[in-house]
Parts: sequence; C-alpha cells; structure tokens
Amino acid sequence: MALMPCSLRKALRPATSASKTPLLNVPIDFGRTPLLHHVQSTYVNSPELPQDTLTRRMNLYQAVNNGLRTALDASSKVLCFGEDVAFGGVFRCTVDLQNDFGPDRVFNTPLTEQGIVGTAIGLASEGMKPVVEIQFADYVFPAFDQIVNEASKFRYREGSTGGNCGGMVIRMPTGGVGHGALYHTQSPEALFCHVPGFRVVVPRSPTQAKGLLIASILDCNDPVIFMEPKILYRAAVEEVPVQSYTLPIGKAEIIKPGNDLTIISYGRPLYTCAAAIEAAERDFKGMSIELIDLRTIYPWDRQTVLESVLKTGKAIIVHESMVNFGVGAEVAATIQDRAFLHLKAPVKRLGGWTTHTGLNWEKFIFPDVARVYDSIEEILGY
Amino acid sequence: MRVPLASLARSPRHSTFLPGHPAYRAPLPQRWSSSLSRKPGSAGVRFPGAVDSKFTNALHFERPATYPAIPTYRALSPDGDIIDSSFTPPSDTLALSMYENMLSISIMDLIMFDAQRQGRLSFYMTSQGEEGTCVGSASALEKEDVIFCQYREAGVFIQRGYTFDNFMSQLFANKKDAGKGRNMPVHYGSATLNIHTISSPLATQIPQAAGAAYALKMQRLTDPNTPSRIVACYFGEGAASEGDFHAALNIAATRSCPVVFICRNNGYAISTPTLEQYRGDGIASRGTGYGIDTIRVDGNDILAVRKVTKKAREMALQDGGRPVLIEAMSYRISHHSTSDDSFAYRAKVEVEDWKRRDNPITRLRKYLEKKSLWSEEKEAEARGRLRKECLKAFAQAEKEKKPPLRSIFEDVYEEMTPETKAQMEQLRGIIERYPEEYDCSEFEGGKDTLSP
Repeated sequence: MALMPCSLRKALRPATSASKTPLLNVPIDFGRTPLLHHVQSTYVNSPELPQDTLTRRMNLYQAVNNGLRTALDASSKVLCFGEDVAFGGVFRCTVDLQNDFGPDRVFNTPLTEQGIVGTAIGLASEGMKPVVEIQFADYVFPAFDQIVNEASKFRYREGSTGGNCGGMVIRMPTGGVGHGALYHTQSPEALFCHVPGFRVVVPRSPTQAKGLLIASILDCNDPVIFMEPKILYRAAVEEVPVQSYTLPIGKAEIIKPGNDLTIISYGRPLYTCAAAIEAAERDFKGMSIELIDLRTIYPWDRQTVLESVLKTGKAIIVHESMVNFGVGAEVAATIQDRAFLHLKAPVKRLGGWTTHTGLNWEKFIFPDVARVYDSIEEILGY
Repeated sequence: MRVPLASLARSPRHSTFLPGHPAYRAPLPQRWSSSLSRKPGSAGVRFPGAVDSKFTNALHFERPATYPAIPTYRALSPDGDIIDSSFTPPSDTLALSMYENMLSISIMDLIMFDAQRQGRLSFYMTSQGEEGTCVGSASALEKEDVIFCQYREAGVFIQRGYTFDNFMSQLFANKKDAGKGRNMPVHYGSATLNIHTISSPLATQIPQAAGAAYALKMQRLTDPNTPSRIVACYFGEGAASEGDFHAALNIAATRSCPVVFICRNNGYAISTPTLEQYRGDGIASRGTGYGIDTIRVDGNDILAVRKVTKKAREMALQDGGRPVLIEAMSYRISHHSTSDDSFAYRAKVEVEDWKRRDNPITRLRKYLEKKSLWSEEKEAEARGRLRKECLKAFAQAEKEKKPPLRSIFEDVYEEMTPETKAQMEQLRGIIERYPEEYDCSEFEGGKDTLSP
C-alpha cells in the first residue's frame, strides 16, 4: 500500500499545527509508556515474570541494586567492586551494599578500568562471581585488552583444561542523557559484539534489569557485559517483583505484536519507537507494527527476529549508537540473507549519525520520534 | 663492544638494509651479554636490568613502610611568613596578579556552581582549594610551553591569559567557543595559550604529554633556533592509578622527554580517598621508581609551587631534556562536580576544617598584607570588580547563538566523507519535512548550514 507522504499526518493535525508546537518530539511520558508495568496487573502480558508475586515500585538503579543484593545474598561467591562503589556508586546502584555485605565483598578499587576487569577475570577463573562496575561505558576502553584478548578468548584458549571466566559480569551505564557530550554518552555495544566470547545484555526497564542481571550473575557460565541505559536510572519506574527471578539471556522479546512492519531495538530507543508506533498506528489506519526488544545484543535471538520479519516482510532497526558498522548492520544483513524472498521493502537502519555526540547536538544526532515516524511512513508506504 | 655482522642481520631490531639505503635504520644501542662478565673480587654483577646492584649475604626485603615519607616543600608558613631563607619572592606586581587570578577563579566558581543549580548550564567543576597549585605552577611556565590539563585547572588557563569571555563561551557552548559547542563545560582549550583541549577520560593526556615533549625535543634538535620548550602535564592522584600514568612516566624517562608532570593530590577521586587509591608514599614515590627527579610541594603555598615549577622547568631542559615529577598536596574543598554531593562520603566538618585551617588564597593574602600590598578595602574592591566582570561575560555568553548545526558533522575527518554528507542531507530533509518538531533558531544560520 502506498501512503501519501506527510499528507495524512498533516490532515490529522489539529488546526494549530501551523504553530511551532512539536507533536512527535515531545519528552517521553514515562508515567504512561506501555513499556513499563505501572501496575502489577499488566504482568499477565509478561509471562516470563513471576505472577501473583509481591512487587515494589522501583526505578532502574533501585532494580539493579535489588538484583545485586539478591545475587550477593544467594551466593557467597558474588563480589561487587569498582570505582566509588563503596558509597553507592555515582549512579547509586550499589548503595548500602557495603554496609550489608561487608567491605571484603563490596569495595572501592583504585581508578583503573584495566585493573578492575583484569582482576575480575582472575577471580572468575578461580571460581568466584565478580560483578564489576565501570563508571561510564565511555571509560571502559583501558580495559579493552582484558575484554577482547583475555575474557573473550579465555575458554577457547584453555581448551580441555575447562578454564573459563563465566560468572563475571561487567556492568556499565551507557547511552545519552542529553548533555553528556563526547565522553558521557557513548553506546559501545557494537564494539563488544564484534569479538565473540561475551554475552552483551541491555535491559530496557527495572523488571528486565533485575531478572537479566540475576541470570547474568548466577546462571550464566559465560562472561557478560551488562549495559544499563543511564537515562532510565531515575526516569523508568515500575512495579518490580520483590522475590528473586531470572529472565532468559539470549532471548529477544516481542513487546508489542503487529503485522505490517517489525521494529527491532533495545534499551532507551525502545521508548522512542513505542511513541513513534503509537503516532503512526493512529495516523495510518489499519496498520500494525511489531516491536521487538533484542535484550541480548550478542549472541542475538535470530529466530524471534526472523519469524517476525517473515510475517511482516518489513524491518527497521533502531539504535542510539552510530549507524556505521553498528548492530543494525548485523541484524539487517542477517534478515536479507535469511528472509530475502519475503521482504517487501529494504531493511532500514536508524542509528546515530556517523559522528561524535557534541554537547549541543545529541537531540539532532540520535534517532528521535520524528525520524522513527518518518521511516515508518517511508517503509509502510514502500 | 663489537657485534658480529651476522647477528646484526638476524636481529629483528636492526635494519636489513645497508647504510645509505632510504630504509636503513641505524642499530639501536643495546647492552650485550658480555657485560655480565664479572671481574674476580668485584662486589656485584652488572646484570643488564640492575647495573649498580651490589651483592649482599643479608636476606632483607625492602619494606617501603619503613622508609621516611618524602618531605613536602614550603616557602611560606600558613601565616604568610617566608620560611625558606634562600627564597627569592616574586615581584609585588606578579604576586598581586597571582592573587587576583586565584580570586577570579574562586569567584567564577561560586557564580557558575549556582548557575548550574539554577539549570542555566548542564555541568560545572570548581577548583576550591587547588587554585594555588594551578596559578602558581602556570606562573613559572613560558608562553611557548605546551600544556595538557585534566579538568580542574581553570587557574592554569587564567594565569596564561584566558579571559572571562573565553571561559563563558566554552561553558555556554556558544559560537565563540573554540571547541565549537561540542564539549562538556570546563573542557577548555586554547591554541594561542598552547593548551590542548581537555578530554574527559582520565590520564590519557599523560603519555600524550610525553610524546608532545619528545616532539619539542626533536624539533629543537632539527632546528636549534627554535626556543627551548617543555610540556607541562596536569593530573590528579586518582588518574595516577590508570595504566596510562605508568606508561607515560616510563616512556618519558627512557626517551628523556622535557616534560614536567604536575600531580594535584587533593585527597579524593570522586568519593575514593587516597587510602583506598594507593598504599605507597603518594605519587612522588612512583617518580623515583621510574628514575625521574621528583619533588613534593605544599599546594596551598602558591609561592612554593611557583618556585618548584620554575626549577623543574630548568631541570627538564638540562642535558637535552628529561622528565620531572611534582606532587602538589592540597585538599579538594569542593564537591567533585555539580553532579556530586560529597557529604554522602565525607563529613562536612572535615571540609570546613580544611577550609579554615589552610587555603592557598588566604595564605597568599596574609603574605601580601604583611608586605602592606593588600588590605580589607582592596579585597572588597577586587571582589566587587571581578564579580562584575564575570557576570558581564556570563550574560553576554548566555545570549550568544550556538555554533552552526553543520558542526555536528565537521572535523570528524579533515573533510566530510560522502557518507556524512549524505547524512547531513537526510537531517536537513527531516527538519524541512517536520518543521514544527525542530527548533533551529538558537543555532547560527539555522537549518541552512546543513546544505552541502
């Protein structure tokens, strides 16, 4: 079906739309986004979550804290350390953990990311479960050698000795907050995905963060990079199960079903996508769009994505990180390879532009609701 | 000793090309194994890794805890009296300008901290307690020297001539900002003042400073008419835990780079106190470990910092160049940044104590007052005047336009790539199709600067 570019949208605008009031690029309303469980009764739509359970309202940092606390409680092998972790961390994720679990298990390290990650590898290689914090994803690069050449290759190198560093989790806040500029904004997940060996996880919400984090620490026998969208630490609030529970690593989730287009994303841009989908489904009557949260960026859930695209025949991948050599390229290439004859439109990638996130420009660089909406219109009308 | 030609040809460290060939590289000097030979009765073996070590039959581990701590040099007592009899004080004019520069920074800090709290800029970092380290050391450097900073060195910038207008343009990321509105506040940089633009990741600037110093050394070797220059490199004691710090000192030492490393040891890396940062004798003890001449100085004593830096600069240029390490001791009175509330990890009374007990500004003020160069009236006049100047620059910078949107894509490469040109076109298309979604009015030239 062909859609008249912009005409529908304009026709549906209120008469005041000649004014400069944005309709799409408005702040995400975290109080009513469908991505969060504002009340426990919506748990029935998330069968992976424990049902009929005691819940508490938590934001993302509280859910991470709660997940860490659960893991520290469950296993004496779990340790938590990193820069400024003792007083609770600069984003408050480790608050009170040192008080409750003691300075032998929860502690500050000197300011050295290579030291933090290398130490974690050593601990994991001797059977412990270190959960380390890198203060910002932008500051992980001194540890890149330990990540790429050591942890990623550990199991492969050890061969039949069985040595591995499963149980180790590297947590890091990631992504934009609007004013982080060059070094408090980056989303380097694609860099970690290029070298196999790590499972790379990005939670979208407090419930997801707690379940995925506990699974990463207690259940996963491979090292995990756990990237927390830092803009959600305080913004995303929902009902979170108080009990311990896990969510599957390596499994994507269809968070909104649809028939005419598949949008694949993860982390913070899911909220942008949900807002754009809401506007598009309102404006383009009869159209329904499927939204998939990858959750684990690598190794990613090809089956869920391919089944969806086989059904819809159209796909858009959205991420904050720059589009060149990004996650979108990998997903798009896989889709065209495995679903070519079912495609009704080119697979579209929407990412940050191929540049650095200068202070003034974040809102122009990352895909916003208008850009996602524009791409939906383009691909639906293809 | 003579090396057999055959072994030269096999060694990967040597060029296989003959002298005269453009690809020929002269052999690198090496210690050869014959230096291990020992004359009968000699007290030690010249191991290649420790040529002056004597043999001992006493089994003894070196225990750093038993060494006396490296002393801290002071020229002024906390009461403002000169306590080093060999000390030549700076001219009255210089002392007064250094004082005013410290005052300027502390006034700007108060204004900008509050402005951030009011939401008028996104972020700020104050220098409270460290004005002396920065202003004092910068006063001893030459204009041609090259500087790398960490992020808490506003005093270095002002001492070298950075104006309130310069500070405010960067802080408000407006079109007059040399960083083109790309960097977070306090990431200043200046070509005319030879200060490289600040980068947030910690310690990365330290090995870069060693390299820059080697460049200055090579340039002077090539052309002896170029002025003798050094590189000064600032960093905190927390950053000195990064691998880059160690790499930097080692490379600077082995390549004899004319660089002065200036560590601002302020006691805290965000919340982490020095007790959890290191166990040795501060940062200074590491300098000697790398074979670098090192001094520890009282950072609250601006005149001592100046004198120490002046001497370090001279030493760095001796014998073709060498690194020097200065560890300036102070206390971070301020929160780490506007994103930090330090009372979550340290007692307010501890901070108040330091503020009252010792402070670089009050110490120099006492000195100036004892010389009758300063008074309560002068203090009031200077504070009023500087505050007014700062607020004027603030108001102007805040209403200035932001740099053109085109800066989003420029300077990634020397020239924009076809890929980025296409993206710029896409962005312009989106803005034109959805004019109500984008406000481009605050940017110089609006959306039109996105045209090819």
